[in-house]
Amino acid sequence: MRGPALLSWIIWLPIGGGLLVLALGDARVRLARWVAVAVALATLLLCLPVWHGYDHTTAAYQFVERLSWIRQLHAEYYLGIDGISLPLIALTAFMTVPVVIAGWRVIEKRVTQYFAAFLILEGLMIGVFCALDALLFYFFWEAMLIPMFLIIGIWGGPRRVYASLKFFLYTFLGSVLMLVALIYLYLQSGDYTIAGFQSLPLGLSEQRWIFLAFLMAFAVKVPMWPVHTWLPDAHVEAPTGGSVILAAIMLKMGGYGLLRFSLPITPDASRELDWLIIGLSLIAVVYIGFVALMQTDMKKLIAYSSVAHMGFVTLGAFLAFDIQGATGTLSGAVNGLDGAMVQMVSHGLISGALFLCIGVMYDRVHSREISAYGGVINVMPKFGAFMVLFALANAGVPGTSGFVGEFLVILAAYKANFWYAFLAATTLILGAAYTLWLIKRVIFGPVANEQVAAMKDLDGRESVVLATLAVAVLLVGLWPAPLLRTMEVSVQHLLQQLSISKIPAG
Amino acid sequence: MNPTAITFEALRPAIAEMSLGISICIVLLVDVFAGAARRQLTPVLTLVLLAVCAWLTVEMGFVPERTVLFDGLYVADRLGMFLKLAAFVSVGLALFYSQAFLARRGILGGEYQVLALTALLGICILVSANNLLTVYLGIELLALSLYALVAFDRDSGVSAEAAIKFFVLGAIASGTLLYGMSMLYGLTGTLSLDKLATVNAAHGAGFVIAVTFIVVAVAFKFGAVPFHMWVPDVYQGAPSSVALLVSTAPKFASFALVMRLLTYGLGADPTLWVQILTALAVLSILAGNLIALAQGSIRRMLAYSAIANVGFILLGFISADAGGYRAALAYTLIYVLTTLGSFAVVLLAARNDGEAEELDDYKGLGARDPMLALLMLVLMFSTAGIPPFAGFWAKLWIIQALLHTHHTWLATLAVLASVVGAYYYLRIVWFMYFDAGRSQSAIPRQFVIRSAVALNTLAVFALGIMPNALLALCTSLIG
Repeated sequence: MRGPALLSWIIWLPIGGGLLVLALGDARVRLARWVAVAVALATLLLCLPVWHGYDHTTAAYQFVERLSWIRQLHAEYYLGIDGISLPLIALTAFMTVPVVIAGWRVIEKRVTQYFAAFLILEGLMIGVFCALDALLFYFFWEAMLIPMFLIIGIWGGPRRVYASLKFFLYTFLGSVLMLVALIYLYLQSGDYTIAGFQSLPLGLSEQRWIFLAFLMAFAVKVPMWPVHTWLPDAHVEAPTGGSVILAAIMLKMGGYGLLRFSLPITPDASRELDWLIIGLSLIAVVYIGFVALMQTDMKKLIAYSSVAHMGFVTLGAFLAFDIQGATGTLSGAVNGLDGAMVQMVSHGLISGALFLCIGVMYDRVHSREISAYGGVINVMPKFGAFMVLFALANAGVPGTSGFVGEFLVILAAYKANFWYAFLAATTLILGAAYTLWLIKRVIFGPVANEQVAAMKDLDGRESVVLATLAVAVLLVGLWPAPLLRTMEVSVQHLLQQLSISKIPAG
Repeated sequence: MNPTAITFEALRPAIAEMSLGISICIVLLVDVFAGAARRQLTPVLTLVLLAVCAWLTVEMGFVPERTVLFDGLYVADRLGMFLKLAAFVSVGLALFYSQAFLARRGILGGEYQVLALTALLGICILVSANNLLTVYLGIELLALSLYALVAFDRDSGVSAEAAIKFFVLGAIASGTLLYGMSMLYGLTGTLSLDKLATVNAAHGAGFVIAVTFIVVAVAFKFGAVPFHMWVPDVYQGAPSSVALLVSTAPKFASFALVMRLLTYGLGADPTLWVQILTALAVLSILAGNLIALAQGSIRRMLAYSAIANVGFILLGFISADAGGYRAALAYTLIYVLTTLGSFAVVLLAARNDGEAEELDDYKGLGARDPMLALLMLVLMFSTAGIPPFAGFWAKLWIIQALLHTHHTWLATLAVLASVVGAYYYLRIVWFMYFDAGRSQSAIPRQFVIRSAVALNTLAVFALGIMPNALLALCTSLIG
């Protein structure tokens, strides 16, 4: 398709806008704020023609841009999207807007740098989802760490230094092994295109090593148990906007990587080692669910709930082989992959919204402790309604987006093995338990103390932000068809890739 | 061999060394006659002369193919010419960045410039060496100039101590080099690298000892573990401007030393020196990165960082093929460019009431001096090897060369060590941006130098986005 280079625009507009905001400097804060919002909205608007022009009848990459980038390394500036990346790009552009608006008044020091960091981060994250060249992918993937490191470190809480370093080093450690794997694949295939990697024949032992190297990178990002420990720290210390982006988008990179790299590039190793992913996912769902139950810090609770919910993504992604073993065909596995994708989008919306809600309360009381609150709904009825809605979505109540993804994954798990489904379904109980108990303690009951009594209800800006997210959560929950249709063909294509062994014959 | 008539045409490929020699005489004379009143003259004159020398080298020194001069003592080729130009630029920048610093310390003398120029001459001779004696001549000229520079601030006890350590250890290294060379001469009967390159290497134990001694000397010049002891002391003890000089241009000399002596002269059978270099590289990367974690002084930290980076450069030679040498050249260039910037920031960050010696001095720099902090942020992330900065491509190319020659474990070790290394680069960023500063004392503006450092940093960023030209250059130079 020849046309305006839309994907490039969606990547570079926020980055350029971020640099512009940075250049405006703290002397022109008012202007910088408006520029930041305008850039974030413009990026979102640019996603509309992409969403609209996307042809969901083909699994081929669309809106492709392909230029020579580094000749000596055979790396290309190669962008394109399919049904797996498109929803995540839309999610990124969508979630950046509330983040920018939410930081409007709350951030007081280095305001322009704050907005610039988020806009640059947005561009880099969209770059990760658009890149079809593995080196370009890695370039965005690593560059992304810099703004996030600064966001946590500069605007974070009291233990921000520890949290930001832990975040950076953890993810860096995971990624460098992926880099080794990517270079290895490049030396085999002759260029860095991901499609080339996907069609490259690889022996089982090579695949095993590559799979493990990828897993290091993606498992840390998802994060899967037991490499999730950076997440609660990062979430707790990050400013509200940082937590939102971290939970809503950055965690999705791991899931995206598993779908884009691990499964299609090393299908045979995935088949052989799927027990590992399934096991870790079920531990995340069950054990982390219990851990979440015990938290006294609201942000930590949502962070652990994120780990548990992301367990569904990894579970859904790797059920295919067991379903084939149980039913003899891969076709039943569509539900698992669909569920994983919907869960990613849904978790992005819900966890983002919950972090924004906590941010709203934190701005008023300056505490994240559950015990500092109680009876908030008495003083903030509007806010209470939103918070209850998002909490119910987090618990997976039908009608909200949280239900769709979890239901599809549990359905697929049942086809694979009854006990998978049984363990996965415990999340419906555990999730409901920790979320509703949180709501009971924070929102309902009598007004706990004077600070809570002095809380003012949502202002217009906050209402708009939360209302938009609420609409999105309900829309995906009540009418997931457009989302499912968008990814349908790409998911089928992925399953087809999984069904063909890459081990060279003989 | 027929005695060749000495004509200018015959000497033309050596224009860099000749013009540099003349420039040294001019600077010396002008400095003597200008007197103390016009002390500002020599630094400017030095930079102008350096520019002239570089221009002459480009205009007249170009040789389309490998040319041998002075009965085989001297070789001119495109790689050599390029390395000389790179050394000109980096010495020029180092002198330029340190002017204000030297003036403040009251040591902006003509001798400083002259010593820097003789060091540069040593680098040029080394780069052009085609005979073991020329190698030794270059090494000694470079080393002696650097010893004197390290001790330049003669009232400082720390500097004197650093210089003595540097001198004693350097003398031992020169001794081992000479010893190795003499054994090599005894075994093969030649000092010419051309002839050595064609000699069959199966010479038994004597040959092993000779090569080992030579590689030890090379390791010392590079500052590779376990011959690195002088590096932290010199970086910390010498005046910052000298540390800037020592940490940059001589890396080109070390690179050339390996290229001429090992990959060319002893290139017939690389197995032996590759084995030794592998051990040196692994030790340097591990020890450099781990010890750097514990440093409280920025210059000591940069010293251990230099050791770790040298380990990466050495890794490039391990593949013993053009791909690896290319990667090592690209790494050296990017490393020198980045180090020029980061040491310049150390020089610039000196406040009115004192130097920025300790890491703690960088606390709150992001608020006190946003521009300087931003530059340092870029340089630190680049050295850590994070895209979109040049350091990423440097590391990527080395790892690719290693994987290409099936050194998978070395590549894995190298990337894991760079994760450890990332911590102390991040620590600088953390101090600058996440912590509040103790001192509110103003940092002098120095607009011109700042702009130059900003351009330097911009180059690191631009090369990070588009490394094409640099990689193409390295490919064409090594072939």
